[in-house]
Amino acid sequence: MRANNRGGRAGRAVSDLWLILVLAFLYLPIVMVVAFSFNQSKNGVLWTGFTTEWYRALFENRAIAEALVSSLTVALVSCALSAVLGTLGAVGLARARFKGKGALQNVAVLPIMLPEVAVGLAFMTFFSLLGVPFGRLTLILAHTTFCIPYVLLNVQARLQGLDPALEEAARDLGASPQRAFFTVTLPLILPAVLSGVLLAFAMSLDDMVISFFVTGPETTTLPVYIFGKLKTNVPPSINALCSLMLGATLAVVALSRLVRRGAEKGR
Amino acid sequence: MRGKRGLSALPLCLWTCAFVFLPLLYVLFISFLEKGEYFGVSRVFTLDNYARLFSPLYAGILLNSLKIALESTLLSLLIGYPFAWFMANKPPKTRSLIMVLIVIPFWTSALMRTYGWMILLRNRGLINAALMALGVIEKPIRMLNTSGAVLLGTAYSMLPFMILPIYSSMEKLDPALREAARDLGAGPLRSFLSVVLPETLPGVMSGLAMTFVPSTGMFFISDLLGGGTNMLLGNLINNQLTVSRDWPFGAALSILMVGMTFCVMSLCRRVGGTDGTEVF
Repeated sequence: MRANNRGGRAGRAVSDLWLILVLAFLYLPIVMVVAFSFNQSKNGVLWTGFTTEWYRALFENRAIAEALVSSLTVALVSCALSAVLGTLGAVGLARARFKGKGALQNVAVLPIMLPEVAVGLAFMTFFSLLGVPFGRLTLILAHTTFCIPYVLLNVQARLQGLDPALEEAARDLGASPQRAFFTVTLPLILPAVLSGVLLAFAMSLDDMVISFFVTGPETTTLPVYIFGKLKTNVPPSINALCSLMLGATLAVVALSRLVRRGAEKGR
Repeated sequence: MRGKRGLSALPLCLWTCAFVFLPLLYVLFISFLEKGEYFGVSRVFTLDNYARLFSPLYAGILLNSLKIALESTLLSLLIGYPFAWFMANKPPKTRSLIMVLIVIPFWTSALMRTYGWMILLRNRGLINAALMALGVIEKPIRMLNTSGAVLLGTAYSMLPFMILPIYSSMEKLDPALREAARDLGAGPLRSFLSVVLPETLPGVMSGLAMTFVPSTGMFFISDLLGGGTNMLLGNLINNQLTVSRDWPFGAALSILMVGMTFCVMSLCRRVGGTDGTEVF
């Protein structure tokens, strides 16, 4: 009994240590970027003191402001489009039987299952075949396409746990299909729509690879801008920019948790 | 009635055809064409793009890519599997805290996290400074711009994608099964091997599906941490598009990648009954 107990304690120590070390491993690079965003040193290699100068420098940088505007525009428009397409698609796929349903499901999620570089190449060659000018439009088309799966999969997971009798009851009581959808089904799946859209928003804001292939000479998004800077010499304001983007992602994650928690309470 | 309900999937169907199916079909099409004058394609049919995959130069890059993908996938499995197991054995409150901590890196930019490794690994970075302060080494060792750094960076980026599906399969595991194994006299190791491992195999498989092929395509990791010393499949495709302007060859490489993805996904479905999409 005692030996068993000791084994249990040692086991617990190993397990705690493993959990802590892996989490430290996951967060170490993130902490480094944030810490160095407050570093006085210009070349950013050694720690010389605390400053917020680099954050101030960001606000004076025109290129960054423009990249931010286009990142946000692309993310907002693509999320709105993917919310509608993904939600309607999930409902259609769940409630109807038609030929090619399985194929549609599989092809629609391909953009997040295939390696990003292959998806990027497909967009780049296809858009140039069609003669679509590279820039904000191509970014929005590409981002919407890879945002859809996040909404679709989230809503589908929610629809699976939903009793179809609810919508049928509304229909029996004389509601039109549209009315039954908007008054019964939509409120029930709304949290899933929102958490899917928030995930899609974060992914759109962070995407570098696909955007890299579909941006034009006059538009750039923040991650593409950052990648360009990282390949040459890294200005210290990049740390500040990355930290702000991390902050934005954290805010989106927090919002999505709130939405989920609210939905679980409301159930 | 039925038909009307199916109508709401119509916009998705049209969008998917226009921006997923047709672009991929076009990639397949141009992979059989010759390179054109103005960084496009010509109308001459050829199998040359696929033949080139077997030339010593490109076959070498492919093998190197697969090697790094295999090593980094195994590394993140070795780190991630015990992590998911230890996490699943924690009380619910701790579990949900760890869950949030895993999801945050999953959501944050891989580019930014790769940049964090650049800061850590460089000659005057934290790791070299710590090792020198401890007296382990006298001069900084070169860590950045090596293939070890590429391996580390790739395994690191893949880790949340590995942990999440494995953990979700462990969460579904009925604790009564393990208790039953114990009651029947199996030790902790035996009950792990005969109950936990087989039951969590689907999670492992979808973890593999989500990490193996994508890790051959993450060109920015090898660009930033390998300093161009390590050509991966992703770098090669990127080069065909932006440097040598050989779209058909890039397309053939992409088709190879898509084919690999399908193979891994169908293997996972056969073994685990899932393709990994449940993680999102």
